[in-house]
Amino acid sequence: MSDEPEQESTAGETPPVRSETAVPKASQTAPSDDVTRRGFFSWAAVAWVGFTAAVGGCVSAWGRFMFPNVLYEPPTTFKVGNPADFAPGVVDTRFVEDNGVWIVNEEGRLYALIAICTHLGCPPNWLEAQNKFKCPCHGSGYYKNGINFEGPTPRPLERAAIAIDASDGQVVVDKARKFLWEQGQWDDPAAYIEVA
Amino acid sequence: MLKDLQKAIVKSQVWKSIFRVGIPTDNRKRAMAMLGNVVLHLHPIKVKKSGLRMSYTWCMGGTAFFLFLVETITGVLLMFYYRPTVEYAYFDMVDLREVAAFGVMREMHRWGAHAMVIAVWLHMFRVFMTGSYKPPREFNWNVGVILLVLTLLLSFTGYLLPWDQLAIWAITVGSNMARATPLLGHEGPGASFLQLGGTQLVHVGSDARFGLIAGRTIGGGTLIRFYVLHCVAIPLAAAFLIAVHFWRVRRDGGISGPV
Repeated sequence: MSDEPEQESTAGETPPVRSETAVPKASQTAPSDDVTRRGFFSWAAVAWVGFTAAVGGCVSAWGRFMFPNVLYEPPTTFKVGNPADFAPGVVDTRFVEDNGVWIVNEEGRLYALIAICTHLGCPPNWLEAQNKFKCPCHGSGYYKNGINFEGPTPRPLERAAIAIDASDGQVVVDKARKFLWEQGQWDDPAAYIEVA
Repeated sequence: MLKDLQKAIVKSQVWKSIFRVGIPTDNRKRAMAMLGNVVLHLHPIKVKKSGLRMSYTWCMGGTAFFLFLVETITGVLLMFYYRPTVEYAYFDMVDLREVAAFGVMREMHRWGAHAMVIAVWLHMFRVFMTGSYKPPREFNWNVGVILLVLTLLLSFTGYLLPWDQLAIWAITVGSNMARATPLLGHEGPGASFLQLGGTQLVHVGSDARFGLIAGRTIGGGTLIRFYVLHCVAIPLAAAFLIAVHFWRVRRDGGISGPV
């Protein structure tokens, strides 16, 4: 029997009076040999590490659970037809509803404007009569090429990657790749298609 | 004869099992009645006379709690009709307004929500102006700030549920803020540095906003997610913190009064 548990229990239970009767009482209430201080803390450490790991694992699993693996959204890469389908000077609004892009043929270039207002993310409308894009939320306005000129928006619309699929000659738009005017990316070869 | 009936009721086992002590006749028994009753024990045993002064407290904390109860009751009633799916949500909301008996519950829920936000702000304003955030009440001030955030989150999540154009685009605009979360938002500071072998870890399909709205854009996944947050998660958290808030009011020396 070690000395330490005896001293612990003595200090906890009785006032520090050294008498003949206190000694046998303390030895009666001392823990048995089965549980040593070292053993207790070892098991406590294992238990706490295990508990923390279990809680951490659960929280991680709950967090990951909130991120869906399958989305029922339109794909970010899609085909919009042949280059000849897009007449010069026209803003094609056929793909805005489902895919969120306008296909614009202007000054010899075919490009895809992403229909998300760069102010706060609302969907602007193409107003043919006024020859501009206008956002209904806060009144931001953009020219046909996507450059902003009125309202609170701080920068032009973004353009998506556009290319010709070599296998069938169709125009492919990839919204996952964006090109920003303010970073000089609109002249990137992937940001437009040369048209006659 | 009426006296006999009253006596028979009061002496009955049913009555005695509910009201174990008789009508309290002295202060100690009154205090014990408050302590021993599950409903009454939430209320303090003694209230300072100054605590009843409307011009000092504005009763805005009590009003906010009352509105929380109104929102809970009307909200549970709305849940009997409302289905949080893209095909039904808007039309269920319109039906509640136009054809459901006592569909005014929906308007009460909506206006109560506006009133609750105002009441919580005014409560906070009063507590600030009277210096009631000072020790020993600083912990309860912090609990109150969290309750303010939960109130705003309840409003924000409830905003989407009518599923009309205002709702969808308001949540689009509101949730776009999460894009700018440091490290966790794909447009936030530091996010571009989180790469693994040249692959962006935080992008539009994996950032905090994506986890919040269950997609790249507001959709059916967002609707059910906000519904669960609005009806279960946030109310439970708020109810727990309201209980802590009230408990601390008493622990910290009762409702604050004029110095």
